[in-house]
Amino acid sequence: MSEQGKKDEILHDHNHDGIDRRGFLKCMAWAGTGALCVINGGVLKSYSLSRLSEIGDKEAKGDLSFVQISDSHMGFNKPANPDVASTLKAAVDKINALPSQPQFMLHTGDISHLSKPEEFDNVEQILKSANPKTVFYVPGEHDVLNDEGAQYRQRFGQGSQGAGWHSFDQKGVHFIGLVNVMNLKAGGMGNLGAEQLAWIEKDVKHLSNSTPIVVFAHIPLWSVYPEWGWGTEDSAQALGYLKKFGSVTVLNGHIHQTMQKVEGNVTFHTAASTAFPQPKPGSAPSPGPLKVPDDQLRGLLGITDVNYVQRRHALAVIDSTLG
Amino acid sequence: MIRRVLYIASIAAMLVAILAGRQTTNAAVPAAAPAAGAEVKIDNFSFTPATLTVATGTQVTWTNRDDIPHTVVSDDKTIKSKALDTDETFTFTFTKPGTYSYFCSLHPKMKGTIVVQ
Repeated sequence: MSEQGKKDEILHDHNHDGIDRRGFLKCMAWAGTGALCVINGGVLKSYSLSRLSEIGDKEAKGDLSFVQISDSHMGFNKPANPDVASTLKAAVDKINALPSQPQFMLHTGDISHLSKPEEFDNVEQILKSANPKTVFYVPGEHDVLNDEGAQYRQRFGQGSQGAGWHSFDQKGVHFIGLVNVMNLKAGGMGNLGAEQLAWIEKDVKHLSNSTPIVVFAHIPLWSVYPEWGWGTEDSAQALGYLKKFGSVTVLNGHIHQTMQKVEGNVTFHTAASTAFPQPKPGSAPSPGPLKVPDDQLRGLLGITDVNYVQRRHALAVIDSTLG
Repeated sequence: MIRRVLYIASIAAMLVAILAGRQTTNAAVPAAAPAAGAEVKIDNFSFTPATLTVATGTQVTWTNRDDIPHTVVSDDKTIKSKALDTDETFTFTFTKPGTYSYFCSLHPKMKGTIVVQ
């Protein structure tokens, strides 16, 4: 435990907006090894993952607990990770070992590497051994290859609309699963499209402002690094429909690394992949798979555990690695 | 880079062979025909060369050398490859002159142009 890790609670709030920017950066710096960030009553607290055992029940447990997994890329077999099935299994073991059992899982896309039936089968088979039996999916660009997502929707899109977008409620939290990997334009980034935007507006219209909102989609809904296409062209319009809500959490995948950002009422979070890491924005010639020494791989893969405590109206997001 | 040098060297050697009037193994191709094929490599999430100029009738082959699948899709969607896994290729013969802009529909920041003369 580092000196820094012994005193993690952060209480600087110079702009009186509930966000301690210095502390937030510190939280981000831990992302590689996992961090718990809790925002309660506008005050951000962060804990390194190695201190999870010291965190009290009220922080670690909630009225609603779920897990986000992402980018399992079943079928990938290159040097960056020749065995993505075993790391997905390790993720399931990690989920089953959580102190508080999550009610369900979210998979934020790139389930498969090449949209092959056997790749989807394999993921579904492995996820069957997870304690939470329900999985809500959104597609990644690797899941809609060559067929505009027809197979994806047949397997995972029951009850969804359009390209596979959907919403549901759990314990008073409204979840919105979006598809931003279809009809991408030359030179552009992720794309939601007019039809989906209209659906979002309608979907949230009758919800009260105090309803906590969780949006999940594959490509980040904030501009992480436009040079690599790590953002969504029309996300501002989608987030505009969510302005009235006091608590909005956006969960994404695609970039194979954890990252967080707070902007007003919205907390953005990207999850690690269960398959292979990708370079930090701009740190490599391209965002291709990052080959790391074998003993470091599982430290860069992971799952995200999200807890919601009803009376606090805040969601705690915990990243943990497979290492 | 080494591959490209070798590639240029092999074209040069072929031209020398043709100019020297020697028979190549592929006797079915008349010596006067335009270059039969041109190539675009996909490396590090980019098309190389980004702009390729070819004669009408040229067959262009894209080869994906990344660990991640890519596609070749013209901006107007009239040319559309399947997703190309590592080392897979896509071939298209350009029969009409014009400027063809294309991109990877999975990673749309990847763009390229084929100029057909």
